[in-house]
Amino acid sequence: MFRYAIKMLFGDSAKFYGILLGLGFASLLIAQQSSIFVGLMSRTFAFIGEVGHVDLWVFDPTQSYVDEPKPLRATALERVRGVTGVAWAAPLYKGLLVATLPDGSRRVCDVVGIDDDTLAGGPAEIVAGSLADLRLPDAVMVEVESSQQQLRFPAELAPGAVPAPGQVFDPNGPKRSVEVGDIIELNERRARVVGLVKCAETFVAAPTIYTTYSRAITYAPPSRRVMSSVLVSAAPGTDPAELAARITAETGLEALPPHDYAMRTLGYWMRETGIPINFGIAIALGFFVGVAIAGQMFYNFTLDNLRYFGAFKAMGASTWTLLGMVALQALVAGVLGLGLGLGAVSAFGLNAAGGKLAFKMLWQIPLIAAGAVLVICVLASVISMWKVVRLDPADVFKGP
Amino acid sequence: MQTAAPIPTASPAGTAIRLRAVAKTFGKGEYAVRALRGVDLDIPSGELTMLVGPSGCGKTTLISILAGLLSRDAGEMTVFGQDLGTLRRDRLAAWRRDAVGFIFQQFNLVPQLSVAENVSVPLVLKGESVGAAVRQANELLATLGLEGRGRSAPLKLSGGQQQRVAIARALIHDPRLLVCDEPTSALDAELGRRVMTLIRDRSRRPDRAVVVVTHDDRIFHLADSIAHMNDGIVDRVARGRQADQPESGEKP
Repeated sequence: MFRYAIKMLFGDSAKFYGILLGLGFASLLIAQQSSIFVGLMSRTFAFIGEVGHVDLWVFDPTQSYVDEPKPLRATALERVRGVTGVAWAAPLYKGLLVATLPDGSRRVCDVVGIDDDTLAGGPAEIVAGSLADLRLPDAVMVEVESSQQQLRFPAELAPGAVPAPGQVFDPNGPKRSVEVGDIIELNERRARVVGLVKCAETFVAAPTIYTTYSRAITYAPPSRRVMSSVLVSAAPGTDPAELAARITAETGLEALPPHDYAMRTLGYWMRETGIPINFGIAIALGFFVGVAIAGQMFYNFTLDNLRYFGAFKAMGASTWTLLGMVALQALVAGVLGLGLGLGAVSAFGLNAAGGKLAFKMLWQIPLIAAGAVLVICVLASVISMWKVVRLDPADVFKGP
Repeated sequence: MQTAAPIPTASPAGTAIRLRAVAKTFGKGEYAVRALRGVDLDIPSGELTMLVGPSGCGKTTLISILAGLLSRDAGEMTVFGQDLGTLRRDRLAAWRRDAVGFIFQQFNLVPQLSVAENVSVPLVLKGESVGAAVRQANELLATLGLEGRGRSAPLKLSGGQQQRVAIARALIHDPRLLVCDEPTSALDAELGRRVMTLIRDRSRRPDRAVVVVTHDDRIFHLADSIAHMNDGIVDRVARGRQADQPESGEKP
């Protein structure tokens, strides 16, 4: 009878597609909004992941997240280096500074200053130039994706060329992407692009500019405290957790492994902003829309077939057989609807890959969507099953 | 309770269904409806028995009870020697599956299934594979003049063809008891006669019985006996040639 249950489901094409669309739309909304949420939240700590080969981040204990550094005294670096078990420690500057382009337009940029000697904390992928070029005078390396959209140069200005005195550019004129050799100003100080890099999109979505630590603090507004963090590598055989505890004990600064620091940053955004609530509402809406559309459609489908279920019951089908048929119909509709929704989300994700849209589908997300669709199907089928259980087979002799 | 005296059937083949003082009430209190007030009836084996009577007299309730779809509130009933009141719900369903064939007034053919699949349902319910059941269904359909229509959708057939499909579904598992509810209501006189002849022929075995609820006086002459119901009781049973002669002024 189960084969016939499937034929009954597929045979009523209007309702079948309605159920499929309802479940597909629900799983699409749930998975897509969850993926965008995860993608967006991942950006809040993306910078931490960009800095490789670091065992510990050392920062001010009152700091909430990576993009809001509480500057440390310059002596913090030496104090950390003095802790037993530290193989090396490097300073890191991170701050938002204003870049001025040749046409006079201004853009806020995320400037990262890495250790002059070791260049530790540099970008993971270099598109043009060499990391060592950062040691050249006024050298900076810019992140290519955001810069292509936000650090736009006048097309008439050749790469590396300096505007002639008194030369004025039309702000609305044709533009080109930033290239190696171009000159920009950071806080009215000259900076020359010596390389292009790729790195993960960050939450602030400002172009990231890498330079050396010593140069970065000349770009930054004058202050007694400018160091954002200290990057620490543990000596061989040293447990990073124990080392973190020692650093905290001896310096009063907080030290966390990259993963814990990322989770601290994520926790801030989750607690202090309305982002989870907003996305949670969208995801809940997807669920309720699924219940409303698919549930209603499935219920109507069962109601339409109730007289046939009644006939089957009269002919000797057990209630369990009929419930199995309804459950199978719900399961098949659920699997197909889920596949439809997840397929659409995957296509959306592939289309969004490499773009500005935050999208990250963790393996848990399809499982969550599947769980939600399962709940929708159970809710829809339980109501329908109740009608089947209560069905009086003698009703088949009643007139139309 | 109003009861009629037991009505002898004088059947040479023995009794398939025996009812004594069978009563059924729907609802409670002031809303209670006494559908059956004490039915006494013997339905012979190997014969076709028609149940006639005005609307609301209890015909549908009676066939529902004797087919194991409804339970009686009082009285005694055996069907081929089995007291259905002693069976649990699942055993009762299995009994219906094995022993009863139904022909419904509304056909109740599932539109999403093919004609042969509809006919095969009783066999599939008994555990037959779909392929084998559909093959048997096609063979039976051929004997009913529906050769080659097994793959058709039921709704693409005429009313008469649909009725024959419903008959095939009722007969395919060779049930001992065939219960028909207005089987000719959608058919013209000639087709109705042919369908009823087919149904009657199926009853001509000692371990079989056919019960037909009908208002169609065109087919009365095909009955071996006609039980007249009125106000929840069987008040008269006519047999043989008598069966074709309704009482003066009675509207079956």
